[in-house]
Amino acid sequence: MTTLTARPGPPATRRRPRDERPAWEEKPTAAGQAAKGVTILVVLAVVLVPLYAIVLTSFSTQASINIAGGLVLVPHGLTVEAYHQIFTNQLVLHSLLVSTGVTVVGTAVSMVVTVLCSYGLSRPGSYGHRTILMTLVVTMFFSGGIVPTFLLVSTLGGYGQYWSLILPSAVSVFNILVMRAFFASTTPELIDAARMDGAGEWRILWRVVLPTSRAVTAVIALFYAVGYWNSFFNALLYLPDNGKWPMQMVIYTYTLQANSLPGSGVTNTGVYAGHQQIAALSLQMAVVSLTLLPIVVVYPFVQRHFTKGMLLGAIKG
Amino acid sequence: MSAIIEDGAVPGASREAARADTVPAKRRTGWRIRIRRDRSLLIMTVPAVVLLLVFTYVPMLGVITSFQSYDIYQGFLHSPWVGIANFTNLFGDTLFWHSFANTLVISAVQLVLYFPIPIVLAVLLNSVMNGKVRSFVQSVVYLPHFFSWVLVVTIFQEMLGGAGAVNMVLRRHGLGTWNVMTDPATFKYLVTAQAVWKEAGWGIIVFLAALAAIDQALYEAAAADGANRWRRLWHITLPGMRGVIVLMLVLRLGNALTVGFEQMLVQRQAVGRDAAEVLDTFTYYYGVVNNHFSYGAAAGLFKGVLSLVLVLAANKLAHAFGEDGLFRK
Repeated sequence: MTTLTARPGPPATRRRPRDERPAWEEKPTAAGQAAKGVTILVVLAVVLVPLYAIVLTSFSTQASINIAGGLVLVPHGLTVEAYHQIFTNQLVLHSLLVSTGVTVVGTAVSMVVTVLCSYGLSRPGSYGHRTILMTLVVTMFFSGGIVPTFLLVSTLGGYGQYWSLILPSAVSVFNILVMRAFFASTTPELIDAARMDGAGEWRILWRVVLPTSRAVTAVIALFYAVGYWNSFFNALLYLPDNGKWPMQMVIYTYTLQANSLPGSGVTNTGVYAGHQQIAALSLQMAVVSLTLLPIVVVYPFVQRHFTKGMLLGAIKG
Repeated sequence: MSAIIEDGAVPGASREAARADTVPAKRRTGWRIRIRRDRSLLIMTVPAVVLLLVFTYVPMLGVITSFQSYDIYQGFLHSPWVGIANFTNLFGDTLFWHSFANTLVISAVQLVLYFPIPIVLAVLLNSVMNGKVRSFVQSVVYLPHFFSWVLVVTIFQEMLGGAGAVNMVLRRHGLGTWNVMTDPATFKYLVTAQAVWKEAGWGIIVFLAALAAIDQALYEAAAADGANRWRRLWHITLPGMRGVIVLMLVLRLGNALTVGFEQMLVQRQAVGRDAAEVLDTFTYYYGVVNNHFSYGAAAGLFKGVLSLVLVLAANKLAHAFGEDGLFRK
C-alpha cells in the first residue's frame, strides 16, 4: 500500500555495519540480553510448535494419537499410513489436483496480465497512462461488493466453473503498482540503447526490463501463487459440488466443521464416536501438512527477495 | 490524488528528459500520433483493464440492485425498482446494527492490541546483532502470512480447541478446560490473537525498512552527547519511524470496516452469529446464502461508501500530522 505515497529516496545515510557493535555503543546488560533472548525464543516457539505438532501428528500411529488424546507433541510411533490414505482418497486427491491446477494456471494468467500492464504504464509520458492508472487505483478504494460480483459471475456462467476461481481475482492493482515502480526504475540508458538498436516495446520488456527485475517478478509471482493456493471464498461462492473443491474447502468442511470425510472410514462424528474421530485426526493433519508443504518449500527461495522486491518498490515508491 | 500517478516511481526529471529527446516536442504532438507511437504500450494494458472493467467496474454499476428487488430470472435490467426500501429495512434491522457494532468493536480491539506489536518486534529484531539469527527469526515470523485463514483457524482449533493440545495438557493435570474457540465472550480477543499470529510478523517488514533508513551518524552523535540507549530509542528511533507508523495507522483506520472476512466466516458456526457476525458476513449470508440479493447488496453498498469516507478521512488526518498519507494534497 505504501507505494501510493511518493517519497524522495532517502538521503545517503550511513547504514549500520552488519554484525558489529559500534565502538561508541555501550555494552548490553546481561539482564537485557536475557530478556531479548527469551522474547525471541517465545516468538519462534509460538510460530513453530503448532506446525511441528501438526506435521508430527500426520506421521503418528493411531496408538500415539490415542496416548496424546489429540495433537502429538512427543513422538511415540511413526507411520505414513495417513499419506497412504490420502492418495487412495478420491476427494482429497482430486482437491489436491484442483488446487495445483488453479494455482499454476491462475499464476500464469495473473503474471502475464500484471507484467504487461505494469510495463505499459511504466514509460514516462506515454499516451493515456495517467488515465489508465487512475482507473486502476479507483478499484483499490471502492468496489461493488460481494453480491453484485456474485451475480455478475453467475450471469456470465461462472457458477460451478473453475475459471470463477481465477478471472475475478486475476488482477491485483497493488501488485501492478509495485511492479510498475520497479520497471520505471530500470536504467533508462539500457532502454534507450535497446531502442536505438531498433527494439520495439515488446522486445525491450522481454530482453531488457524483465531480466533486470527478477526479484520483484519472483515476489509478485509468489504473492499470486499463494493467493490462488489459499483460494477459499471464491470456491465457497461458486463451486457447490464437492467433486470440484480445492484443498481449502476440503479442510474447511472436513476438519474445521468436523463433517465426516467420505472414504475415510469415519461415518459418525457424534459424541460416541470420539475414538473414530481421533482416528481421522492423522488424516486431517496430513491434508493440512500437504497444504502447508508447497508454501514452506517455495518460500526460502523467494524470501531473500522480500526486502529487495517489496521495499524498494513499496517504500521508496 | 495526482501524486500517485505523477511520481509513482519516476526518479527525478532526467528520465522525462531522456524520453523527450527521442520524441521532440511531445507536448505539442497530436493525440493520434501519440496513440500511434505508444500503441504497443496501450495494447499491453488492455488485458488488465478489461479484467478490471468486467469484474470490478461492472459490479460497481451492479450496486443498482440495492435499489431494486432483484429477481434472478429478470436480471439487472428488468428487476422491479423499489427505491430506498432496502435501505429503510436495513436501517431498521437490529441484526444489521449488531453486525456493524461487532465490526467496530473487533476493529478497535485489533487497533489497540495488534497495532503496536509489529513496531515492538521490529525494534527488537533490529537490535539483534547476529545477522544469521536476525534473518532466521525474520524467515520464521513472515511464514504464517502465507497461510490461509482456513489453515490458521484449523491450527488454532487443534492447539486451543476443546480437544486441542493445550486443553489436553490442562485436563491431564486436573485443571479445568476452556474451549476458547467457541466462547463468544472472548471471541474478539481470539480473532485478534489469530491476526497477530498470522500477520504481525509480516507487519514488521515496513518498520524494519524504516529503521534501516535511519542515519547511524545520529546515534553516534547522540551517544557522544551522553544519551543512553533508551533516550536514543525515544529521540531517534521512534521519530525515524514516525512516517511509516502514521501511514500504517491511516491504512488501518481506512480499513476499519474490514476485519478478516474469511476469518469470521470459517468461525461463525463454531462461535455463533452473535459474536462473529460482521458487515461482510452479514452481506454474504443475507445476500448470497439466503438469496436476498438486493438486501445484501444494500448492506454491501453501505459498507463500501462508509469505507471510502473513512479512507479519505484517515488521509486528512495524516495530512494534519504533517505526513503524506496515502496520497498528497
